[in-house]
Amino acid sequence: MVREETEFVNWEAVIGLEVHIELSTKSKMFCGCSTDYFTAKPNTHTCPVCLGLPGAMPKANKLAIKYTQLIGLALNCKTRTGSKFDRKNYFYPDLAKGFQISQYDLPFSENGHMFITTNGRTKKIGITRAHLEEDTGKLIHTKLNGTRLTLVDFNRSGVPLIEIVTEPDISSSLEAKTYARNLQQVVRYLKVSDADMEKGSMRIEPNVSLRKVTKGQESMVKELPPYKVELKNINSFKFAEKAIEYEIKRQRKILESGKMPKQETRGWNETKQETVSQRSKEEAHDYRYFPEPDLPPFAFEEKYFKSISEEIPELPDEKRKRFTKDYSLAENDARTLTEGVELAKFFEEAAGAYKKDPKIVANWITGEVLRRLNEENKTISDSPLLPASLAELLFLIDKGEITKANGKEILANMIKTGDDPRATVIKLKVTGISDIKLEEIVIQTISRNPKAIEDYKKGKEASLMFLIGQVQRITKGQAKPEKVREFVLRKLSEAD
Amino acid sequence: MSKVKIDINHVSKLANLNLTKEEKEKFEKQLSSVLTYISQLNEIETEGVEPIGHITGMVNVLREDEPRPSLSQEDSLLNASKKQNGFFQVDSIFEE
Ligand SMILES: [Zn+2]
Repeated sequence: MVREETEFVNWEAVIGLEVHIELSTKSKMFCGCSTDYFTAKPNTHTCPVCLGLPGAMPKANKLAIKYTQLIGLALNCKTRTGSKFDRKNYFYPDLAKGFQISQYDLPFSENGHMFITTNGRTKKIGITRAHLEEDTGKLIHTKLNGTRLTLVDFNRSGVPLIEIVTEPDISSSLEAKTYARNLQQVVRYLKVSDADMEKGSMRIEPNVSLRKVTKGQESMVKELPPYKVELKNINSFKFAEKAIEYEIKRQRKILESGKMPKQETRGWNETKQETVSQRSKEEAHDYRYFPEPDLPPFAFEEKYFKSISEEIPELPDEKRKRFTKDYSLAENDARTLTEGVELAKFFEEAAGAYKKDPKIVANWITGEVLRRLNEENKTISDSPLLPASLAELLFLIDKGEITKANGKEILANMIKTGDDPRATVIKLKVTGISDIKLEEIVIQTISRNPKAIEDYKKGKEASLMFLIGQVQRITKGQAKPEKVREFVLRKLSEAD
Repeated sequence: MSKVKIDINHVSKLANLNLTKEEKEKFEKQLSSVLTYISQLNEIETEGVEPIGHITGMVNVLREDEPRPSLSQEDSLLNASKKQNGFFQVDSIFEE
């Protein structure tokens, strides 16, 4: 009997995501220090609790816990009726106490999922848990008189931080990016965080490994690889995507040479465009979790969960589906319009005021409005443009009072000033007149002035100027002179 | 009652303490005897007893999300052994 070798098909990426998001409470997790530290001077938002001074007593922020439970509910998690905080012990300079207050075995939320769509395919990503902890201080690595040293700012220490962990269900950088984007959208819809990657209020830590897929096993339940590489220092979706792609290539090379990649933490180096091993001296992974003695446990009733779940607004997925259904929008337009709650609201109000085909409103917003806003690096909330004004502008275009091209010019100004379209027409002295209307006026003027036509044909240039003047008088100067001249000349040549 | 072994190198590393050889020997003995004493608790039958993390009986001790004034930068750095431009200063934590 011939023994068949299992036939190699491909390497498959096995990716899990750990996402940390700072919650937008006013005060820190266990003390009353303000969380508004972003531009503050170092160590000006601290107290004995968040500095870890002996004898200080933490007290849990009620709103931060509620935010964690809201996120859990929005991610289809089971929210625990019984929960508690635990101590995670380790020495690192960003942690004043020598331990971080976190959650170990009884997280506020667990066992949820989120659906993501990439290249038209929808996939379910399991959410293992969403737990609450305190953020650490910020470290700055620098050099002083030739000596390397580390500086610590504890303003961030103790800011409520939610950690959301997925199952290793993600199998490409695109899926990872899509999941992270969706998650950011959900927390922004919930208004529990600004989840800004650049400011560090959202941090992504992917763990990546590869497994061999052999023939006939493609759809079987597969074992996890015996190692995984954690990626850190990622402060944009783009970096996350690049770091994962780089890691997949790097690990494949090692595996194909018959070796096993090392289990380690690697950081993304944007200048080198590669991941780099991050060894740090004092890290020992033996956290010795135990229940936090200074914080008594929590008990929640189902009716409390019921009442807070009523506060969850329509989430991006539902909103997108409703937009495609109720407004007959294309999937892409619906996706763009539901990216943020403010833009979605703007669309709905504009479509409501316009009353005619909402697809026209959608086209203007996804096209002209967003293009102009992007040019100035702004969002719809930064602009004074009112939804009713956009509707009125479209109405003026429909009536032929202004051309579509001029409408765009007027809109650009409205986005900056917030003025209504009629006022903007007068202010900009743009053609308040559509091509059709102008043509009408030109034909009328020509038919009323046979003498001038005669003279023009005889070569009198002044007659042309007279006709243009007549047209301008009727349009009250709202048409551009070059355009009037072009129209008159065309009509005259047609009259030959 | 069997003696409980302790890995003094691992424990001192976790506690971020640099111990001399003599200290290691001394503390290893002391800690081991403490653990051996405590391990008597393992002899008690705990089948069917619910684990408990707190004995005060308090639950849901919470505070409203209201910011309070913090310490000044000067006060917050008062106990620091080394400081630099308003920061706490520590030895570099990266190798290389
Ligand atoms: Zn504090």
